[in-house]
Amino acid sequence: MKVGMKVGIPKEVLAGERRVATTPETAKRLQKLGFEVLIESGAGANADFSDDLYTAADCKIVAGAEALWAEADIVLKVREPMQHPDLGKHEAELLRAGQVLISFIWPAQNQELVELLAARKGTVLAMDAVPRISRAQKCDALSSMANIAGYRAVIEAAQHFGSFFTGQFTAAGKVPPARVLVIGAGVAGLAAIGAAKGLGAIVRAFDTRPAVKEQVESMGAEYLTLEFEEDGDGAGGYAKVMTDAFMDAERALFEDQAKEVDIIVTTALIPGKPAPYLITEQALKNMREGSVVVDLAAERGGNCPLVVADQVTIKHGVSLIGYTDLPSRMANVASNLYGNNLYHLLDDMGGAEGFKVDEDDEVVRGTLILNEGELRWPPPKIEPSPQAKPAPKPEAAAAPKPAAASAPKPKPKSSSKKSHGHGGGASKPANPLWLALGGLALIAVGWGGNDDFLDHFTVFILACFIGWQVIWNVSPALHTPLMSVTNAISGIIIIGGMLQIGGDLSDPAVILGAIAILVATINVAGGFLVTQRMLKMFQR
Amino acid sequence: MLPAGLLNVAYIAASILFILSLAGLSNQETARRGNINGIIGMLIAIAATAAYTLGWFEGTAPFTLGAQGLGVLAGAVLIGTLIGGFMAARVAMTSMPELVAVLHSFVGLAAVLVGLSSYMAPLQQLSGTEQLVHEIEIFLAVFIGSITFTGSVIAFLKLRGSLSGRPLTLPGRHLLNLGMLLGCVYLGYDFVGQADHGGLTPLLIVTGISGLIGIHLVMAIGGADMPVVVSMLNSYSGWAAAAAGFMLQNDLLLVTGALVGSSGAILSYIMCAAMNRSFISVILGGFGGGDAPAANGEPKPGEGKGRDDVIEFDVSDTIALLRGASSVIIVPGYGMAVAQAQHSLSEVVKVLRKAGVEVRFGIHPVAGRLPGHMNVLLAEANVPYDIVLEMDELNDDFPETDAVLVIGANDIVNPSAQTDPTSPIAGMPVLEVWHSATVVVMKRGMASGYAGVQNPLFFNENSRMLFGDAKTNVDAILVGLRG
Repeated sequence: MKVGMKVGIPKEVLAGERRVATTPETAKRLQKLGFEVLIESGAGANADFSDDLYTAADCKIVAGAEALWAEADIVLKVREPMQHPDLGKHEAELLRAGQVLISFIWPAQNQELVELLAARKGTVLAMDAVPRISRAQKCDALSSMANIAGYRAVIEAAQHFGSFFTGQFTAAGKVPPARVLVIGAGVAGLAAIGAAKGLGAIVRAFDTRPAVKEQVESMGAEYLTLEFEEDGDGAGGYAKVMTDAFMDAERALFEDQAKEVDIIVTTALIPGKPAPYLITEQALKNMREGSVVVDLAAERGGNCPLVVADQVTIKHGVSLIGYTDLPSRMANVASNLYGNNLYHLLDDMGGAEGFKVDEDDEVVRGTLILNEGELRWPPPKIEPSPQAKPAPKPEAAAAPKPAAASAPKPKPKSSSKKSHGHGGGASKPANPLWLALGGLALIAVGWGGNDDFLDHFTVFILACFIGWQVIWNVSPALHTPLMSVTNAISGIIIIGGMLQIGGDLSDPAVILGAIAILVATINVAGGFLVTQRMLKMFQR
Repeated sequence: MLPAGLLNVAYIAASILFILSLAGLSNQETARRGNINGIIGMLIAIAATAAYTLGWFEGTAPFTLGAQGLGVLAGAVLIGTLIGGFMAARVAMTSMPELVAVLHSFVGLAAVLVGLSSYMAPLQQLSGTEQLVHEIEIFLAVFIGSITFTGSVIAFLKLRGSLSGRPLTLPGRHLLNLGMLLGCVYLGYDFVGQADHGGLTPLLIVTGISGLIGIHLVMAIGGADMPVVVSMLNSYSGWAAAAAGFMLQNDLLLVTGALVGSSGAILSYIMCAAMNRSFISVILGGFGGGDAPAANGEPKPGEGKGRDDVIEFDVSDTIALLRGASSVIIVPGYGMAVAQAQHSLSEVVKVLRKAGVEVRFGIHPVAGRLPGHMNVLLAEANVPYDIVLEMDELNDDFPETDAVLVIGANDIVNPSAQTDPTSPIAGMPVLEVWHSATVVVMKRGMASGYAGVQNPLFFNENSRMLFGDAKTNVDAILVGLRG
């Protein structure tokens, strides 16, 4: 668009929201992209970023939200626009035509807000709508916030749990380690596993998607399995709704587990659906008094319906934690990560100089809600990518085998095509001239050679063809061992030497033969041994 | 006495085991089994031949090896095994190209010796056409063997650094080669058909001239074309063995020679295709290596780009980048082997993988001085082979990659191979690292690569240069990542 584009960050208006969309650190990065950064006075105060810190980072402090919205070309926010308590009007009304707003929007839940924004003819991108493709991972604010929520969930649980997480043997007696059950192994669940593990607890985890078993185990947790055949892997790496029978079996599993564990962290969510009902009242009754349940799905009805959103309650002696603002409770780091997500998105959109709302860009298209007032949401289904997340890994792991075996074959075709006009004719296997010359040579051999020679010649030609076929299958990674092993077997010329040492020792022919045996043996021994040495190194 | 047919059976078994040994190399799991097959095949072949010369088989052996001959055989085999075993156990993996080259020279030498010996003391008395054919076979074995021998010795010296890697371009060198070749043909014509082994003198002269051809051929080829040269000599050593097989009417030698010969030919072909150059042009030599002014670190006039135009990175920036990345591809080149950075690099990879970063290696077919050289170096440094991928396997993945580390490689990541049709490397397949989010190029300075062409990659907006010795830098990165 133009140089000197201004990015404005207003103070969040929701009571209790401590995060801010840009920190001094991410402001620096935005400046590197060429943006000028404006910040509303006091915007970062709740996240421990004073105005002075922003000033030190070359940001311009602007007093009042209206002034800021008026001056900025791009507005970065955390929470979706809402009624501003100080101004007495809705934040959406501050949006100008053509101005860009990047924030969490939740368009599905906030239809009215989207209409309001559309009326202002602004361009709106929703950080909650960043597509789940690997290229967009760096912009994925949902993941970075979920990661914080998972960590914080364990910290909150620790606060309400009356014992150590790690087992201890003290002079006064033994304390067993805490047992933690994490339900749902998405980003938040994995972060919770990591945090609980880090505190020394014994961690178990359950997820309806068998594909995450490896990730759970890599974090050091035990993966619980349900004796039930159903794969919960839905589109885009999220979970899908399971059958009733499955859900019953799942609830029974957790009731059973509740007898053993001290802390349950539930993170199970299905996109666009109420949170699945997982923790029954019976499960709470089964837990020991003083146990803790943290429900990260409380905002969406809760995995345990007895949990009250935003509150800590006690039922059957179990503390039920229903905070929905866990990322905001770690405002400093949350702001930084969110700021980085925004930075990456703006970087993708071309920085300040090349800033462009490019609808051909998969990431921008998915994130875009309104383009100058025109509704762009929901985006067209680009490519339904089931297993978007786990897919890259199996691919990478599976690639070496089949690809290594088949890759060399297409090579000659493609490269011989390319070599047209670069004097590559000589190496082309199918050049008619060479075929003709070869044919003539064969005829000449057939004409002039005697029977004995022709017998050997037949063997020779057939061996060449076998060699040709076999060698193309050799993995390129093993070309060096191939050379050393062919070195070794070409030491077979030792046989030639052995056939020449029949005469007297003083006969020069015998001496030459003996030397031939010597050098050929060096080849045989050296070649095979070094090959063996090399092949031993090739390990997964 | 054993039936004479058993000798043939033993040879067939050995041939099959050799084929299986090469087939085993199709993947890493079966490769060691394949090598064992090769060893068994060799033992069978040697044992059967020894039994034959000792007269254990029925029928007419041309001679019977006495106790004295047996002593010579045992002595030569023992000494050879000791020398070979010693070399194999001691060689550093960075020196594999040298070892392979020197082993090629031995095959060539053995072929020459067997050829001369066979002329002086033929196994059977031949006459007429048979004698003519036999003498042509001897001529070929000696000719190819001698080129292989001297060529491999020169390749060995060049790879070791005892000789400069730069191509030696004598004036009129193509004519010189042609002259020497014609001389050999004439001497060959002179050699055949002489009664009573009188052709020994021309045969020795042919040995000498073809030796000169071998020296001159390899001298004219530059350092980075060595993968082709070594594979070509590999091929020649096979053909020399096959010629010896014709000469001695031994099918096992024939088959083995043909296998080795085609193996080397295919490797040469793959290497040439990977550089988009024809085999002939590589063999005629004279490519690259210093005639371009850019080789001295100064940009070509007119390009106007030097160290000031690149974005420099320091070690801490690189660490921050690696920490922040979720997928990293490392592209090593010969420079990594020179700096011996592979072990530290392997540790860096371990730390990153533990931190959950997806790390892979991208190997260009001609990276290094030997086909597959990088793979061996990385394997030695304990890098798991399933993250070491070929160019074709991951070239499409760069757009989804956060960071690429290019270590000691240049021409194989040069975008002008695709964009500039006038470039000397135009059309050469390259690793498309520039599609990734950030490329860090670790280099000692701004010098151009083997092909002597400027690399526009360095000046890209998403490229960062990390100057300095690769080993020192990788060590520093490792310390930073652990700290």
